[in-house]
Amino acid sequence: MELTRDALEIPETLKGKYEPVIGLEVHVQLRTRSKIFCGCSTRFGDPPNTNSCPVCLGLPGALPVLNREAVAMAVKAALALNCRVNSFSRFARKNYFYPDLPKGYQISQFDQPLAEHGWIEIRSEEGQAEGGPQEKGTKRIGITRLHMEEDAGKSIHDGFPDSQDKSYVDLNRSGTPLAEIVSEPDLRSSAEAYDYLTRLKQILEYLDVSDCNMEEGSLRCDANVSVRPRGQQELGVKAEIKNLNSFRYLQKALDYEIARQTQLLERGEKVVQETRLWNLEQQKTVSMRSKEYAHDYRYFPEPDLLPLAVSDAWQKEIQQTLPELPDAKRRRMVSQYKLREYDAEVLTASQALAGYYEKVAAAGADPKLAANWVMGNLLGALKAAGKQIGESPVSPEALAGLLALIQDKTLSGKMAKSVFEEMLSTSESAKTIVGRMGLSQITDSDQIRDTIRNVIAANPKQLAQYKSGKTSLIGFFVGQVMKETKGQANPQKVNELLKEELGGA
Amino acid sequence: MKITEKDVRYVAALAHLDLTEKETAQYVAELDSILTYVEKLNQIDTSTVEPMAQVLHKAAETDALREDRDRQGFRQEQSLGNAPESGAGHFKVAKVIAR
Repeated sequence: MELTRDALEIPETLKGKYEPVIGLEVHVQLRTRSKIFCGCSTRFGDPPNTNSCPVCLGLPGALPVLNREAVAMAVKAALALNCRVNSFSRFARKNYFYPDLPKGYQISQFDQPLAEHGWIEIRSEEGQAEGGPQEKGTKRIGITRLHMEEDAGKSIHDGFPDSQDKSYVDLNRSGTPLAEIVSEPDLRSSAEAYDYLTRLKQILEYLDVSDCNMEEGSLRCDANVSVRPRGQQELGVKAEIKNLNSFRYLQKALDYEIARQTQLLERGEKVVQETRLWNLEQQKTVSMRSKEYAHDYRYFPEPDLLPLAVSDAWQKEIQQTLPELPDAKRRRMVSQYKLREYDAEVLTASQALAGYYEKVAAAGADPKLAANWVMGNLLGALKAAGKQIGESPVSPEALAGLLALIQDKTLSGKMAKSVFEEMLSTSESAKTIVGRMGLSQITDSDQIRDTIRNVIAANPKQLAQYKSGKTSLIGFFVGQVMKETKGQANPQKVNELLKEELGGA
Repeated sequence: MKITEKDVRYVAALAHLDLTEKETAQYVAELDSILTYVEKLNQIDTSTVEPMAQVLHKAAETDALREDRDRQGFRQEQSLGNAPESGAGHFKVAKVIAR
């Protein structure tokens, strides 16, 4: 069945009638130096087929030996995802034939995975209270399992003169360690799936076990999607969607697929169990394999590897390396700095950002003022310059120095903004810039009052209009006073004193 | 017979192999004789033995693992040395996705 772009919109009545059920399978490359079963480098971007050896080329007789660090990283991820780590797990061969899989099987885990029974918490529309993101409810999404496996090589189907007839294969990636993280079918909308993937990625980044770079393929996502009439317990027939290699595609592909299945069911037709690919050009999912195609991976235990034993002692050792995770950090920052939930959420997006903020606060800045400046001016400027927080030309200490000048009323908010602009380009301290530019807020009441009297005297017409009831002219007077003082008068004081002077004149 | 023609065709299909009638018949006979031979193992009573896929079942944790150290891999010419066809530093294979 074909859908037009317009058909992506499911009528509200159908949304009420059918419920999507989504589970995600996420593959994440573990950032070890060497591959999972051999000593070849895992570096990305090297010349093709230069990080390879008999093991990862699948040459006969070569034997795999498991990378200890890959296990440690997978266990670390499993613990952070609240999984139970099995003290005893096993590798298995998954047999299938594809040119980028030179052995004819992938070493994976099957019936005895490394870890099971985990969960993470996402934000959910279900039970969302009114009043913005900080009030949103949370929902626990089960993680069925986390297992280890090796990545395949890379097939290149386009871009060579004979690409019409040939596929090109680079085996540098073959044998890169992967953790596959499988969720329970607990997700009920594309938005929930998006949030799940966002939070999963965030946790993995905090753990520093993966680059999580979707463009380079170090984080990849497949989705199982089905639709059922609301209230029905039994799951509908699912389709597996592959090629969801960006957050944006994930949500679009899921929305398309949910609409497609909903319309099939509504017309009394059947959903076929199949694998579908998200096609970027056509903006739709297309069937990848015919339904007759047999999936039979004929798993069996990998005889070349010992069972994987993770002792309690080792598990404890890894547990101790876990950093403060995003949820815990967010909660702590809400209580420690009295931040709004939403602000804490933004500031804990990455450890680097949270670390930056906490340094500003530790340097004595007012926590709320610091939050506003980091989230607003700083992030805005970095985004415009295409820079990461770690590349900020303004150090946390320097930002705290600027905020101190706002807090002691040396600078108005507006003046601080121009000083900040200057700090971004020169990396000088706020004090230096204020001194050089001769900036400093005028807070002296007598000095401001003098200026106000001069301004009033110079504008008798406006004064008369003001007196006759056109009180909005106060803005005019404020503007004139600010102009006279080159923007350096404290605006609150100006307002306050103007009212006195105008009222009493 | 342990193996039927249907089994051979199924396994061949999973491996993307096209077998002729003659080849199919040949593999039925060969695989059947192998399985018949291996079946002799069933004469042994293993009811008290735990299933085992690897012989070093109780090895120490560290014996089964290597440290995460990388070393130089093959040179590109070495990697591609056995390839029937190669180009631009890659293995070349018949087109694997239908257009």
